[in-house]
Amino acid sequence: MNAEVRPIRTAAETALAVNFAAAKASLPGANGVAALREEAFRRFEAGGLPSRRIEEWKYTDLRALMREAKPLAPLPDAAARRWAAESAALLASIDARRIVFVDGCFVPELSDLSDIEPGLSVRSMASALEAGDTRVLTRIGPISPTADTAMALNTAFMRDGAVIDVAAGVALARPIHLVFVAARKEASAVFTRSLATIGKGARAMLVESHEGSSEQQVNTAMELDVADEAHVDHVKITAAGALHVSTMMAAVGAHSRFNEFLFTAGGAVVRNQIFVRFAGAGTIAGIRGASLLNGNQHADTTLLVDHAAEGCTSRETFKSVLDGESRGVFQGKIIVRPGAQKTDAKMATHALLLSDTAESDNKPELEIFADDVQCGHGATSGALDEDLLFYLRARGIAQPEAEALLIQAFVGEAVEGIEHAGLRDVLMEQVVKWLNART
Amino acid sequence: MHLLEVKNLHVEVEGKKILNGLELSVGKGAVHAIMGPNGSGKSTLAYVLAGKADYRVTQGEVLLDGDDILGIPPDERAAKGLFLAFQYPFEIPGVASMTFLRTAINAQRRQRGEPELSTPDFLRRVREVAGRLGIDQDMLRRAVNVGFSGGEKKRNEILQMAMLEPRLCVLDETDSGLDIDALKVVAEGVNHLRAAERSFVVITHYQRLLNYIVPDVVHVLSKGRIVKTGGKELALELEATGYAQYRDEAA
Repeated sequence: MNAEVRPIRTAAETALAVNFAAAKASLPGANGVAALREEAFRRFEAGGLPSRRIEEWKYTDLRALMREAKPLAPLPDAAARRWAAESAALLASIDARRIVFVDGCFVPELSDLSDIEPGLSVRSMASALEAGDTRVLTRIGPISPTADTAMALNTAFMRDGAVIDVAAGVALARPIHLVFVAARKEASAVFTRSLATIGKGARAMLVESHEGSSEQQVNTAMELDVADEAHVDHVKITAAGALHVSTMMAAVGAHSRFNEFLFTAGGAVVRNQIFVRFAGAGTIAGIRGASLLNGNQHADTTLLVDHAAEGCTSRETFKSVLDGESRGVFQGKIIVRPGAQKTDAKMATHALLLSDTAESDNKPELEIFADDVQCGHGATSGALDEDLLFYLRARGIAQPEAEALLIQAFVGEAVEGIEHAGLRDVLMEQVVKWLNART
Repeated sequence: MHLLEVKNLHVEVEGKKILNGLELSVGKGAVHAIMGPNGSGKSTLAYVLAGKADYRVTQGEVLLDGDDILGIPPDERAAKGLFLAFQYPFEIPGVASMTFLRTAINAQRRQRGEPELSTPDFLRRVREVAGRLGIDQDMLRRAVNVGFSGGEKKRNEILQMAMLEPRLCVLDETDSGLDIDALKVVAEGVNHLRAAERSFVVITHYQRLLNYIVPDVVHVLSKGRIVKTGGKELALELEATGYAQYRDEAA
């Protein structure tokens, strides 16, 4: 058999082609956006949906998992907007500037665009594409280039998202919270694309939450360009989705701080991909995450950390709690480029298996092309420690509560890495909620 | 009625017989010391009382206030007033001592049908007890036993014991790994808790601890049975003669 031969198109691939042909004229864009979409779709078509034979998708066989491609979600009507306004409550306790997207469309009346501080600009991606804004168009794609299929599909179908600019030297007082609410209960597809550019020495915290109905196929992407000496935190919370494919592409300049956190507690099939490139020397990064899965949930974190400059430090710590027949996947690759001397990178993944039928797949990889680096990885997976459970129970704590305490502690060690105390509390509340639903 | 009655207790661990018809009765307010050579079954007794899995009771009964506790889980035993101070207290990364204490106290209260302890009451009591044991507040904010010295871990056990106010305290080699100063602090903590309604089973290899926690009754355990029972002078005698004669007696 010749590996070059493209297998017969699946129903989903056919539907994607039909959907693209039907929608491309109405998707937003001027000044070559249509060509960008066309080129991206051709790229997708050349490879089709990735199957387990594609190494990067080995544990998340999209060809098998995506049996159908749902029709694109229509623009949200008044009822959908109302429902979204009432339902998006995931981070209600955090004082943040909320930018709300319903079924993938920016909804200004639900968003907080008042008193935009000097040096901050927040716009809708759809309007930027519509206007053919060259400043936006030139930055779509090259920040952290990838041949990834999910990205190709995103570029082909992208409709809306946020375009955020933080000028050099500006420190945002409040986090920006991108609220993505799936309001439509009928199965549909949503493609969102955001772009954030953080200037030199600026300070910003970006939070994304994906919540609402779990009927949707979501493909969401964010490109993040961080200049030198900036300090950026990005936290993404995934709480819904029939199929949620997310890509973060970040390029980080010199002497910056970059903290990424992925929290996944919902969604039937979730794929979180992160491509981070350290483009300048002396940056310190923490890339962390926690997943809580049960039932038949499947969550895949695929990470590529590219140390392209010298003297950068990165810590990658991912924890997953797996119950029922859920499956947690972690693929993490650290590349140390020639010349990226004094790189200090440590990757650790830990899975807690709460049932005999849960599965954890771990694939850590290091590719090191420099000779003066510290690089390591560690992976563990196992059940709750029986001795610790006994210790707690000997103090009067019943089995379910003892388990809950140890699970909270396990996840808490990763959540600790988030600098924003309020956000840490919100996430730990989500952990408690998950634990309560478990028993 | 005795607070604790152990009758003809036979226990196996991984198919190996460890306790061999052990008999023990502890009255209310009494302090019993159990001494014995390594491998005589001291720690097994402690774990079986507390309800650790993997210890198979093949015969006998353990009665607390006349109720057999062998069939009930460890947390219910604790709520009934049984406390085991561990020889090697576990470290629990990610769980602050304060959270742990509060969770344990309220879990026991709930099981007993009592109202939960209010935050101010809880904090007042923690401060008082911690102060007495020389445990600073910073230690309480840290994860349970993580990075604690041997002495700090043992003091933390006594702190938990004082906070939980058990009726039967089982101390498993609480003196192991302690220098003389730490030993005194721990012993004072224990003595402070001695009361007419509270009994102690102090398990130890050495007589030294019993200089500070003076027992009413001393038992010698050998090969899974109590082979001799006497007053506190028995401990001194053992210190002088060693365990050799009891090894032979049990054989």
